[in-house]
Formats: sequence, structure tokens, C-alpha cells
Amino acid sequence: MKQQIPLVLVFVFGVLLAIQYFVPSEPSQRFYEVALDGLTVIGIFAMVLGIWSQIHVGYNKIKRRAEDWQYSVVTLVSMFGMAFCGLSFMGGLNGPIFRQLYNNIFIPIQAAIFSLLAFYIASASYRAFRARSAVSTVLLVAALLLMLRVIPTGPLADPINQIGSWMLMVPNMAAKRAILIGVGLGSVATALKIVLGIERSYLGKD
Amino acid sequence: MEQTASMATQIWTTVGILLTFCLFSFLYKDNPFYKFAEHLVVGVSVGYWAILLYYNGINPNLFSHLFVFTNDPTTGAEFNTWKPKFDELYYLIPALLGIAMWTRFSRKYAWISRYPLALYLGISSGIAIPVTMKNNVLTQLRGTVVGLGFDWSTSGFLGVPQSIWDIIVILGTISSLIYFFFSKEHKGAWGGAARLGIYTLMIGFGATFGYTVMARISLLINRIQFIRDWWNMIS
Amino acid sequence: MTFHDKLLALDRRWVFLVLAIFVILPILPFVKFSVPVTPVKEVREIYDFIEGLKPGDYILLSLDYDPGSMAELHPVAYAMLEQCYAKKLKVITLTLSATGAQMVEEIVRDVADSCKIYHGFKPERGIDYVYLGYKPYPGIIILGMGMNFRIPFPQDYYGTTLDSIPMMRGIKNYDNVKAVINLSAGNVSDMWVADGNARYGVKLALAMTGVMAADYYPYYQSKQVFGIIGGMKGAAEYEKLCKNPGSATDAMKAQVFAHVVIIIFIIIGNLAYFLGRRKTAQTQESE
Repeated sequence: MKQQIPLVLVFVFGVLLAIQYFVPSEPSQRFYEVALDGLTVIGIFAMVLGIWSQIHVGYNKIKRRAEDWQYSVVTLVSMFGMAFCGLSFMGGLNGPIFRQLYNNIFIPIQAAIFSLLAFYIASASYRAFRARSAVSTVLLVAALLLMLRVIPTGPLADPINQIGSWMLMVPNMAAKRAILIGVGLGSVATALKIVLGIERSYLGKD
Repeated sequence: MEQTASMATQIWTTVGILLTFCLFSFLYKDNPFYKFAEHLVVGVSVGYWAILLYYNGINPNLFSHLFVFTNDPTTGAEFNTWKPKFDELYYLIPALLGIAMWTRFSRKYAWISRYPLALYLGISSGIAIPVTMKNNVLTQLRGTVVGLGFDWSTSGFLGVPQSIWDIIVILGTISSLIYFFFSKEHKGAWGGAARLGIYTLMIGFGATFGYTVMARISLLINRIQFIRDWWNMIS
Repeated sequence: MTFHDKLLALDRRWVFLVLAIFVILPILPFVKFSVPVTPVKEVREIYDFIEGLKPGDYILLSLDYDPGSMAELHPVAYAMLEQCYAKKLKVITLTLSATGAQMVEEIVRDVADSCKIYHGFKPERGIDYVYLGYKPYPGIIILGMGMNFRIPFPQDYYGTTLDSIPMMRGIKNYDNVKAVINLSAGNVSDMWVADGNARYGVKLALAMTGVMAADYYPYYQSKQVFGIIGGMKGAAEYEKLCKNPGSATDAMKAQVFAHVVIIIFIIIGNLAYFLGRRKTAQTQESE
């Protein structure tokens, strides 16, 4: 019951939904609609796991007085504070404090965290982007040519733009297409393994 | 009144600026200000997400089917009266399956979560198989062979006929695929093709790197613009 | 310690400082110069498509990005929304990024408000545009909308039932919209191509962050997408086409400086590396 029923469910629904793609009849479309509708609801409940997990981790860290536990207090207080400001009597999603916290705490911090990457890519360019071999030289030259497109280079601008467009539409496209085909075949193989019960890691141990 | 609002905006924006500097302080070295801002954003985002999930998820996609909703005469928005309705009770099935997911936190009952998970995996795998095959494999192969024009009369880059470049696309794609095929040793002609593949891939990764530099710099510029606009506002 | 050894061992904070200076300088108010921007074909095609639509035509903008990527996608969102509103199109907007939901709501509303100033009329919510809000699991949502918008979105962001919204009456699925434009900072674009285009044949265009742009050219060539706006350069090009210069156009000045600095870093790093390698080879030879 713990192992077999999930395997049967995966197989039956997997096969039915795969076949459904080729059978655009009214009952088949209705079945597909119901499946998508149900999946949306199940998915929403699954998201709650993430929230609970965050609370659980923070609470345990504080309870055990683990290293830097004080910051978990910041996380939990800000989490419950934000949620409180979004309750219906506070105005829900349109609550004024809720909106301000989003606009002036969440947006600036998240944008700033990602902006730090600019410094690290500059540092990586300086320290690690080397023409050590023929292959890495090709990579370096390709990157430099793409970067030069941003810089106004006067009479050279037109040829550089043409080289950039050619790179994107010929070798880059060939490379990315090969990756897409590889990923596609890999994904289909994995999906088939799941449907046929060969891949069972989602079932856990016992 | 307007001046008060403006003052409030200034204060809130200044909070955002201070937090931005807390984050930038990490560039010197890790410090408590950075850690504070980092943990603050985790909390705020989870709190935000929880509220959003209720108003944009559970409320419209589940409760609106199980409870009577009525119109708010001022905003036109509908709100839950919490009076049950019985015409769409079948929505309880996905709800119960969703709740079954929560048993993952119990060692004893975690196996129950396999049922909704199996349903989810079954449905999404079943949908994905034909779609991925069409999107990633068949359409791409079609694009490589049929989609290219093979027009000898049109000249492309460097005045070379476009068809030559089309043939190079085909060769590049096939050789890149050969590079990823490890079941046969990369020796002889096969190895040569794999070698061509790795060079093609490197040009692709170089293009991605070139774009990535622009992307990362954009994020920094945006924050500098934010600080500049704040400075203009307060001065 | 030789000069190139010193260069190789340079504290990364110096690199940070140089970059910061060259990003800040160009966007200071007293620094006045402009960067020539020439729209490329894949950007122009999106602009031309929207320009070719008739007033009252429906278009769906899926703004699937969060504040971490707003630098590159906000300018496109502002320019494109204004273009759609000005053309009196019926605009359906939504987001499949959880942390971007409120940000997107504000853009949709702000641009509508600014139309009053720049175009003399204000698009009305529910009549000219609608914001459906956020739902998790993008793939499932995109597939659901292909059957009926009401499956994943029974109500809009504000809690109004879709059938009570005037512009959504009779609008069932992708068949009723002329195109979907996806502004994305993650793999949602892949889902739009696979689940939207491959499954339902949606006419699709993509605006995306620079990191992603090069990866989507195969879809452009196979005509699964009819245009690509890549990163801030693409955003500046779109602003130029819309004759609506904004933050991307402004940022291109700093982009130029930052790119020059990074190219110089790469050259110096490589010079130091080769000098070091030559010296090591010489030492080994003499030994």
C-alpha cells in the first residue's frame, strides 16, 4: 500500500495524460482540465511546506542556541510581522504597511543582493578568465566580441555588430540547439522512467 | 498632508538605502549588518509569500468553490462570507490530497504524502513526454534541417552565401551532440567531430558569458540609479 | 615579488573599487553624453508586431520576474505597457514569479496612470487592462490557461471573478489573444515555449535577462518565438523604438564604461598570466 499504490497512480495518470495529447475529444479535454485544476490546488498546499520548513529551521536554531541564532530571530520576527501586516484587517495585499515593507525592504535588499554579482564577475574576469588553451581562447574571444557590441567603437561598430549577430545565429545557435536536444531527450527518458516505475527515488526509503 | 506623505516616502526610501548599504558592506568583508539584512529579506519574503499564497492561491482556487463569496460594493472585489456551498464539493479531493502533502513532516505518516506526490508526478510526466519531445527534439531538428533556407542567392555574413552558414549550423549541432555522446570513445573521425563540437560549444558559452557581464553590470547600475534618485529626492 | 606577481595577487577589493567608480561616474547628473543604440531585428520584430495590432485586440503580458531582475526587465515592461495602452489594446497581465507580484501590480497601474499625462486618457482597470496576479507552478498554470483562463485564475489579483470583469467576458483562452509576450528572469520562458507554444501554438515573444538571452536563439530560428529582447541592451533598443527613453537608455552610459573596465581587467589578467608563465618556463630551462 505504501509503495504499490503510488506506483500505480504514477503509471495510470502518466499514461492517460500522455495519450490525452493525441486524443482531442471532449471527454479527454475535460479530463485534462480536471487534472490541471486539481494539480493547481495540490500545488498550492505543497507550497505551505516551504513556509513551515522555514519556521521549523529558525525555531530549532533559536532553541539550540546555534551559532548566529540571533539572526533567526530577525527572520522569524520579520516573517510574522510581514504576514501580520498582510492580514485582511490590515488591508490584505493592499495594506499600506504591507506595501511599504515590500517596496522599501524587500525590493532594495533583493535587488542589492543580486547587484553584488557585478563585482564578482569583474573579479572573476580579472583572476580566472584566462586563455590557457585553444578551447578557452575561443571562449574568451567569443565573450570579448559579444562585450564589444555594447561599446561604441566608431567605424568598427558595424563589423562588430555583424560578427556578434553571426555568432548568436550560427555557432551559438548550433551549440544551444544541441544542448536543447540533449536536455529534451534526457527529460523524456526521466519522465518515462518515472511513469514506468524505474525511477522511484521520490518514494523515499521504506 | 502631501508634505507628510512626502516625508513618509523619504523615510521609507531611506530605510531601503540603508539596507542597500548593509548589503554592499559585504564587499569589504562579512559583517553583522550584512547578515541582518540577509536574514531580514528571508523573513519578509516568506511572510509576503504566505499572504500572497492565501489571497492569490487558496482563496480563489479553493475557497471560492467551497464557500459563498459576495461582492464588496466599494471595490468590486469579492470576499469570503465563510458560508459553505455544496455544488462543487469535489474540490475537497485535491484539497485533501494537498493537505496529505503535509504529512511529510511526520516520520510515521510521511508515506501518505506519496499519494499526492505520485499523482503530481504522474500527471506532470504524462503531460511532459509528448510536449518535450515536440518542443526540444522534433521542432529543433526541423529547425536545423527544414527551417534553414539553403538559399544560395542570398549572401549572409562576410558576403558568404547564407546556405554555407546553414550547413555550418547543421555541422555545429551534430558535432556538439557528438561531443555529449560518451558511449563511443572520442577517437579518429568521431573524435575530430567531438573536437569541432567543443569549439562550437565554447563559442556558445562565450556568448552567454558576454551577455552575463552585461546582465550583472545592469543590476549594479540599477542600484546606483536608486541611490542617485534617493539623493535627488532628499536634496 | 615581480610586477606581474603583484598583479596576480591583487586584492579583489581593488577590482571592486575600480568597477564601482566607473559605474557611478557616467550616471552622475553632470556627466552628459549618450550612447548610440541601434535596434536589432529580433527586438524590432516585437515592436512592429504590437504596432501592427488594431485597437481592441487582446495581448497577454506575462511579467515573470522579481526585484532581483528588475534592472533589465522593468524598462521593457514600462515601454511595452505604455505602447499597448497607447494603441488601445486590451492588455491581460499576470505574473508567475511569487516575489514579483506586487511589483508587477504597481507597474501595470503606474503606466496606466502615466498615460493620462502622456496620451490624454487613462486606461481603466477591468475595461482596458486586467491584472490576474500570481499562481505557483508556472508550467501547470500555462497549460491551464490554454484550456481556460478561469482554471488557474478564477479571480484577478484583487479578488474579482473573471466573469465580472467586462474585458474578460467571452475571453476563454490563448485563442482569444493575438500574442503572449513573456518577460522573464528564469526558466519560465522555457515553459512558455514548451507548454504555451509547443502545446497550444501560442504566438510568443520573449524579453529576458542577459544571462538567458543567448540560450533562446534556437527557438527564434525555429520560429517558436517571433522576437527576443535580450538584457539591458535589448531594453534600451526597445525604449528607442518606442521613442520612450528610460532607465535602460540612461544605464547604457554606465554599461559602456563598465564593459571597457572589464575588458581591460581581462587583458591585464591575461598579460600577467602569460608573463608569469614565461618566467616559470625560463626558470625551468635554466635549471
